[in-house]
Amino acid sequence: MHIIIAGDGKVGSTLARQLAAEKHDITLIDNNHSVLTSSMERLDVMAVHGNCAAMGTLLQAGVKEADLLIAATSADEINLLCCTTAHGMNPKLHTIARIRNPEYTEQIFAMRNIFGLSMSINPEKQAATEIARLLKYPGFLRRDTFAKGRVEIVELRIEEDSKLCNISLAQLHTIIKAKVLVCAVLRNGTAVAPNGNFVLQEGDRIFVTAPTENLTILLKNLGVITKRARHVILCGGGRVSYYLASQLDKDGVAVQIIENNHDRCLELAELLPNVSVIHGDATDQNVLETEGLGNCDALVSLTGMDELNMIISLYAGSHGVPQVITKLGHADNRDIIDHLSLGSIVCPKDLCCNQIIRYVRAMQNQTGAAISLHTIADGQAEAVEFMVDEHTLHCDTPLKDLKLKPNVLIASISHGSKTEIPNGNSTFRKGDYLVIVTSGRGVLHQLNDIFA
Amino acid sequence: MNYKMMGRFLSQTLFVETLFMIPALLISVFSGEAAAWQGFLLAMSIMLAVTGLLHLICKSAPNALNAKEGLVCVGISWIIMSLLGCLPFVFSGAIPNYIDALFEMVSGFSTTGSSILSRPEDLPKGILYWRSFSHWLGGMGVLVFLLALQPTDSNSGFTMHLLRAESPGPNVGKLVPKMRKTAGILYLLYIGLTVLNVLFLLLGNMPVFDAVCTAFGTAGTGGFGVRSDSLAGYSPYIQNVTTVFMLLFGVNFSCYYLLLLRQFKGVFKDEELRLYILIVVVSIGLIFWNLQGYYSTQEETLRHSAFQVGSIITTTGYATTDFDLWPSFSKMILVGLMLIGACAGSTGGGIKVARVLLLFKSLRRNIRQVLRPKSVRVIRSNGQVVDETIIRNTNAYLAAYVIIIFVSVLAISLDGFSPTTNLTAVFACFNNIGPGLEAVGPTCNFSGFSPFSKIILILDMLAGRLEIFPILALLSRNTWRHR
Repeated sequence: MHIIIAGDGKVGSTLARQLAAEKHDITLIDNNHSVLTSSMERLDVMAVHGNCAAMGTLLQAGVKEADLLIAATSADEINLLCCTTAHGMNPKLHTIARIRNPEYTEQIFAMRNIFGLSMSINPEKQAATEIARLLKYPGFLRRDTFAKGRVEIVELRIEEDSKLCNISLAQLHTIIKAKVLVCAVLRNGTAVAPNGNFVLQEGDRIFVTAPTENLTILLKNLGVITKRARHVILCGGGRVSYYLASQLDKDGVAVQIIENNHDRCLELAELLPNVSVIHGDATDQNVLETEGLGNCDALVSLTGMDELNMIISLYAGSHGVPQVITKLGHADNRDIIDHLSLGSIVCPKDLCCNQIIRYVRAMQNQTGAAISLHTIADGQAEAVEFMVDEHTLHCDTPLKDLKLKPNVLIASISHGSKTEIPNGNSTFRKGDYLVIVTSGRGVLHQLNDIFA
Repeated sequence: MNYKMMGRFLSQTLFVETLFMIPALLISVFSGEAAAWQGFLLAMSIMLAVTGLLHLICKSAPNALNAKEGLVCVGISWIIMSLLGCLPFVFSGAIPNYIDALFEMVSGFSTTGSSILSRPEDLPKGILYWRSFSHWLGGMGVLVFLLALQPTDSNSGFTMHLLRAESPGPNVGKLVPKMRKTAGILYLLYIGLTVLNVLFLLLGNMPVFDAVCTAFGTAGTGGFGVRSDSLAGYSPYIQNVTTVFMLLFGVNFSCYYLLLLRQFKGVFKDEELRLYILIVVVSIGLIFWNLQGYYSTQEETLRHSAFQVGSIITTTGYATTDFDLWPSFSKMILVGLMLIGACAGSTGGGIKVARVLLLFKSLRRNIRQVLRPKSVRVIRSNGQVVDETIIRNTNAYLAAYVIIIFVSVLAISLDGFSPTTNLTAVFACFNNIGPGLEAVGPTCNFSGFSPFSKIILILDMLAGRLEIFPILALLSRNTWRHR
């Protein structure tokens, strides 16, 4: 497919890399020469210099022959104008715009036909939702939900005093006493697809598939506190903070936002009546301590600078805050920061890239497309959800008789409301939801791609 | 520096070169030239051995090259390719002297067409074929050919450095987002035009072997003929077909791609193409006027002036007549055309029309800035603002160009030829044309120069074909320092 990406920033260049790896023709548009040059020299893409909302530039980028346009410049208005213009020039074009300003959310949804939008994405809102979900289950570094919330893949870190340390996977059920499946282990920065003899070690990050109802049992048997966060401190008052605070507020969580820009504090105080907004520097340890760092349940560092977020999280961790979540803008070098105890890491950029890539893959084949897609193990593996339909091969065949591609694992099968962690005798039939974990290089476009 | 990755490209380059020797080998076998096919077999086995060795050493190369490594990689590939490619000439005994053989080979790959042979028709057919084919391969570039075969990899943006280093022009870009497709399109256009050229030549009853070799020389804008009188002995029809095709191969290939996409407006409004056509038409007119009375008919005068202008501006170097005997005004026009050269993105050499255009525009801007010091101006090409780095690079290119010509002329003047000979010999080699004037004129050859001068001219040819910087990068101390 021919894909135009407007805006060669964090999201734009990450998307360009991932989509070029999936063999699409990528054209990047930006008005900054130097970022385009560096993208051209790293990736096999074409670059067009200019204003992405101008017809001339779009023509030059080949909008007439393009299949998809992704507008991810820093300005919402330009993204919208870009999509509207491009859609007017080529009515068959799919368009995705990044819209971040909460004031636009409503009208985007109501007027997507007028704007010519196929989809709008809001990375900050996604990140906020992700963080809110993490706060509901402290103890997990990450949660990815599948099959309408019935199955989850959660990430856990094996600490020195963990019950799972030095346990082989075959013995796992004796400790957890629930059906779960370890689908990937990240050890020293590389993802491993484990078998029964694999012995867990300190520092491993494991990715566990489990039916949602088993998560509490899992945590209880691991001895991890499952108390829901009641008092949360958010450091930094950006957009993620706003979305997160309003979500948490609805759930009845006491939220404190620490922001060092007084005007922004006023804005937040107007927007969020139930949230206590504090004007102060979150990197100042005095401020944190006077605001009750010692007795809060969770701290989320959400400032615009990765370095500050890391320092705030480290400080909170050293003060024994039960749950720490760090937002990072650049999480590309996860193996470097892996040794720091930053708690859960949430990267808005990756979340929104995943969503777009899922959209692109779904565009390619109308039937059997992935329902959801999550990258796990620092991008080294993908968990993809499919629905079994009439075109799916090998229905009702026991899994032990199937030949799957290497590095492909069926992690769960959901029949109606019942979710099963599959064994050799499991089967799937039409209407089931499957979660597939793959660490291979090949891309799963449809469910039948998993069969060898 | 990532030597292993360069080694990998080098081994692939040599492998492709070896594969392309097979037709030459077969021609030698079928025409029963024992010395030639034995020479080819020996050379090919040596090249295969080198390829295999390099492949074994460099298998595990990290898949990346930076700008500097791209330049060096292209420079080294071309040099090694020539060093090994000339082995058949030596082994078959066609050109026993290694320096002479190397000169002939580099002249082939760089699409120069300067020869040290006085009678090419005495060569075995296989050797003659390989000599002409080297023009075709060198015209579009062997690394571009490799890029068309490379598997696509999301991180292979570094191949841009190779395309930039090997393709001529001030502002090399891709036609489509994928490098592999871009290179593929370029080669398909190139093959298509070459086949068309062969067909037109065959319609004029040219022998098949001559037609193929002549088309190779035309397509690569090389200029090795299969006869010592170049194209003078063929019919006027063949000469006219060659004139047209030489001019076609001197046009930027992206114009043909735009034509295929039916974007005619972009092609006809292209400033470079317009200037190219203007220069060609005006030069033909002036020479035609200047040559009145030299030939018996007007048709012949026009044919020769058009052929020579087409041959020199596209830096092909075929000849239908000895233009060394022309009046000095016509000769000076030809010398001017030698410097200008063909369009960027074509197979021709020279400074390139696009650069000349940019240089004029930047000169005009400078003059205006002197007159009105506070005026702020940008330089446009086809309505688009040209980036200042491109202007700077073009100025640097011109400076390097002048310096190299001066140094080369100085070096080869040790041989004691006349200043015109020396100057036009360097012009002819550095701009990848072929014949110069006087002692290196269309009826003469380069065999009279000393081995030292030949090496200088070999370097000039390579520097001219790769547009100076890859060769300068090889010679720069900065390249080889670990910093």
